[in-house]
Amino acid sequence: MSAKYPQVLFQNRQPDRIATLDEYRQSAGYQALASVLKDFAYKDVRQEIVAANLLGRGGAAFPAGMKLTSVAEDAPFPRYIVCNADEMEPGTFKDQVLIHADPHMIIEGIIITGFATQAEHGIIFIRPEYERAARILEREIIVARNEGYLGQKILGSDYSLNIMVHRSAGRYICGEVTAQINALMGRRPSPQQPPPYPTAKGLWGLPTVLSNVETLACIPHIIRNGEQWFKDLALTESGAGTKLFAISGKVNRPGCYELPMGVRLSEIIEEYAGGMLEGSEFKACLPGGASTCFLPPEHYDIEMDFQPLRDIGNRLGTGAIMVFDHKTCLVGATLNLIEFFARESCGWCTPCREGLPYIRDILRRIENGEGRDEHIPMLERMCKHLWSAYCAFAPGAVGPVQSLMKFFGDEIREHIGQQKCPFK
Amino acid sequence: MLPEEIKNSLEAEISAVDHPREMVVDVMFAIQEHYGHLTDEGVVETARLVGMSPLEVEQLATFYTFVYREPVGKYVIHVCDSVVCWMNGFEPIKAYLSEKLGIQYGEISSDGLFTLLPVCCVGYCDRSPAVLINKKAYGNLTTEKIDAILEKLKIE
Repeated sequence: MSAKYPQVLFQNRQPDRIATLDEYRQSAGYQALASVLKDFAYKDVRQEIVAANLLGRGGAAFPAGMKLTSVAEDAPFPRYIVCNADEMEPGTFKDQVLIHADPHMIIEGIIITGFATQAEHGIIFIRPEYERAARILEREIIVARNEGYLGQKILGSDYSLNIMVHRSAGRYICGEVTAQINALMGRRPSPQQPPPYPTAKGLWGLPTVLSNVETLACIPHIIRNGEQWFKDLALTESGAGTKLFAISGKVNRPGCYELPMGVRLSEIIEEYAGGMLEGSEFKACLPGGASTCFLPPEHYDIEMDFQPLRDIGNRLGTGAIMVFDHKTCLVGATLNLIEFFARESCGWCTPCREGLPYIRDILRRIENGEGRDEHIPMLERMCKHLWSAYCAFAPGAVGPVQSLMKFFGDEIREHIGQQKCPFK
Repeated sequence: MLPEEIKNSLEAEISAVDHPREMVVDVMFAIQEHYGHLTDEGVVETARLVGMSPLEVEQLATFYTFVYREPVGKYVIHVCDSVVCWMNGFEPIKAYLSEKLGIQYGEISSDGLFTLLPVCCVGYCDRSPAVLINKKAYGNLTTEKIDAILEKLKIE
């Protein structure tokens, strides 16, 4: 499918079933774990991940190695490793595809990361919409345990770890680290502002490392092939590794593709997603999920990596690319996005709870032909207020609104001028 | 009252974990599985089983999308209404379901089989528009496909 570029995370991907344990082992699976337990001090694992420049794939791009090293040497036990499979960012489905492709790669990643912080308890936090994936993981955890990869004294070493699957009952905010920890403790999943950081005081007040599925799946490969190999996978100087790009919208072949970090957006759309639908022209995309900014045609050739997107005031997010064509109303699209955020806001802090419905109502008026010129500065002001919310949810939510005003202001003014949606 | 058998198996599961309240979602799901929704009595029972107050359980029950605090049909159809499904036409899909089943969001069809509810992105963006029925996803929906799915569910 992506023969031009090496397949790392998707090397065992089949069209209709998971890779079995044997298939995973044939592709050198669990070798990294064996060598780590035999030859590595846990601190060496951390150093390897720091050196590989692995940035979190769940949206926040936090350096994975730094997270591990922030678990203090004298931190109390038991410690926790949590795999975040909550994947609720609209447009994002990469983790689901990866779980259905190669669950043991994720399990091995969790074990090695757990070893790096000397965690005793592993948890996979998964959204209820992914029930099939949850069952796959539960089944393959047992398979791994029967082979000695999990449980007491893994592969004859002194290290022990168990993994359990925790089913969520479904809310977007649960993807946020501190909210997820509250959810796991049976508390209302409101975010918690650090400090203390979860790596110091997380689940049940104990050190907790929480990482995204794709991030964890990279780790066995880094251990086995080295940090330089991982960095060389990227096409950009600053980047490292491959990325799972989930692309959807007005393209011919929506799907999930593993491509080098830094591959150009134009290449993803044209070579892998089969180009725009017939009669459709590229108007904009959200490059990394619903909480990133609209990317206008002038950046169609951008290198899809954290830094290049940051340089243009956008974010790579989860790498979920949603493509909009010239026939799609971006005011309507933004209204839909804000309806999502207003519904999913946990309601804990005032700017988010009150500000999002306010923005939604203004956008609704503009879309329904009741817009007025003064609505634009009102939107601008309220978006700024949302940056003072308690967690990253609200600033993410206004990304599409602020970029709509910045790049597609004419489209808003057309709605107001014509007193209707020009696309209807 | 919750049948002894379910109660015993939940108690056994809860006693095997370090902190009973970490099981609260599982217990709510188990009770919902039995009654079809999380009843008032179920809230109190959940609280007793995991050592929380009924108010704390209620706070969670009303927070989460997949805990139903009111009766629902045998099949709960969650219509994905996030942006990719919006682009690919979830609105006509929802309208068709509403008309065919004679219900709006939150209602139960007269045969007691179906409830319609919205849900945010279910991760089926490459097969959009999509719905989730009793946690199983159906994608690339058309009116014909919906007819076939509903017919099949009615027979089951």
